[in-house]
Amino acid sequence: MIDVLDIRLTAGSFQLRKASLHVRAGEYFVLMGRTGSGKTLLLQCICGLLHPSAGSIAIDGRDVTHLDPRDRNLGYMPQDTGLFPHMNVWRNITFSLRARGSRRGEAAGLAMPLVEMLGLAGLLDRDCRDLSGGEKQKVALARALACRPKALLLDEPVSALDEPTRAEVCAELRRVQQTLNLSVIHVCHSLTEAAIADRVGVIEDGQVQQTGPLRQLRENPATKAVARLMAVGGALE
Amino acid sequence: MTFPDETSRADDHAGQAAPAPPRFSPLRTIRRYGLAVVTLSFLAMFTGMVLAIIVANIFSRFFHFATLVELFHKPLVVAAMKLSAVTSLTTLGLVVLFCIPAGYALSRYRFPGHAVIDTIIDMPIVMPPLAIGVCLLVLFASGPGRWLGERMDAVGLDRNAAAGIVLCQFLLSAPFAIRAAKAAFEGVDRRLEDLALTLGCTRWQAFWKVALPMARGGILAGCIMAWARAVGLYGPLMVFVGCVRGKSEVLPNTIYLEVSTGGIEVALAATMVMIAMAGAALVVIHALAGNKRWWGL
Repeated sequence: MIDVLDIRLTAGSFQLRKASLHVRAGEYFVLMGRTGSGKTLLLQCICGLLHPSAGSIAIDGRDVTHLDPRDRNLGYMPQDTGLFPHMNVWRNITFSLRARGSRRGEAAGLAMPLVEMLGLAGLLDRDCRDLSGGEKQKVALARALACRPKALLLDEPVSALDEPTRAEVCAELRRVQQTLNLSVIHVCHSLTEAAIADRVGVIEDGQVQQTGPLRQLRENPATKAVARLMAVGGALE
Repeated sequence: MTFPDETSRADDHAGQAAPAPPRFSPLRTIRRYGLAVVTLSFLAMFTGMVLAIIVANIFSRFFHFATLVELFHKPLVVAAMKLSAVTSLTTLGLVVLFCIPAGYALSRYRFPGHAVIDTIIDMPIVMPPLAIGVCLLVLFASGPGRWLGERMDAVGLDRNAAAGIVLCQFLLSAPFAIRAAKAAFEGVDRRLEDLALTLGCTRWQAFWKVALPMARGGILAGCIMAWARAVGLYGPLMVFVGCVRGKSEVLPNTIYLEVSTGGIEVALAATMVMIAMAGAALVVIHALAGNKRWWGL
């Protein structure tokens, strides 16, 4: 589904160094790493906001390394939700459909099932600035899913939320992923969030160190960085 | 008689000595309120000066409401008003056209010479307006400027009338709008534009659908500030364009000409028209900038 092969990227003093990743179709993949390990840069390379200097990115077997973000058809949800403050909830949700040329009625027809699935029907006229943290996450999720992306990229989607809301949103994400049979890459640094994943990857110093089920990473860490992250995560839990 | 909550509060404090009420201390009062009193006093003094000037003029023996009404029946003054309106609105159109791309480029791109260009844009703000009038006069009297003037004449753009006025107004007012547009775009998180790209937008669409609507208030406020500057210009116009009644006379020229010929009543009436225009511009600026505090909301 998503194949990242040996990509390199320099951003300031930081480098992605031959980072590789494989995410299967319909898989919920959690990418973990410490702050500054390159998680967000890797995600931005996949969604096309940054272009690697070497290596390749393929989606469904098609090389998209040099394509613009709009031509990759991926849903991307940044850490702070990135809702457009000058639009209400409905205009935010239908933004991608309208940007791709859908008429108003057509956009409504495509967006309404998502609105109902996420329980947002009562919020559509609301100003995005007045929403709670959990509501903002759901609206951002609906917006990212509106154009029926092939995969969903989530950059620390619940890090700004309190613990109960975090668990609730994580469960919602998993439910939506299973309902739509989406491939998801969920970036985080919490083992609690990683627990919902089919597989987990650990990135350190711009390189993906190990991927596999969470239990495998805990029991057989391939590098010191993985072992450290698993231990720290365990201690935090 | 005590109310239940008072009883409970009294119970809470049972056994504790009640704090003694603080004694009045001039030093403590000055420390607490001194800064507010001093700063508010200066604010009140300046506001009072501005209001006093306007009110004193309205109630002076030179101001007659009838003269103000008559102003709108004097063909030459009406012509000056029309020329003021036409030239300042044309300037506003040009300012809008230039300030949005220029402000966006300054806020979003870093290129060699960025700081130099940023400084050059500020020059018409800090240069004396009269000096810009002199520079334009000399430019159009020599070399490529003369050639440009001849081309302008050939296509019917009279630089000694409306075209010259617009050129002068544009040079002196556009920097205000460009600076405002730059600040407005800098206030828009660039990541939102990037996010729009992942949602199916091209760079142009991200600009039109995200950056521009979010910066709209600041840009409009800057444009109106620029218009206010343009409509009030006088000195550089007198130097570069001159002042021929009915041809190149704008409202500020009218005020000067009336004062110089002893028509203080007419000058004052025209001044009141300009003050009203400036007031209206300020109201529109605050409305467009969405400044709710200004309206007391």
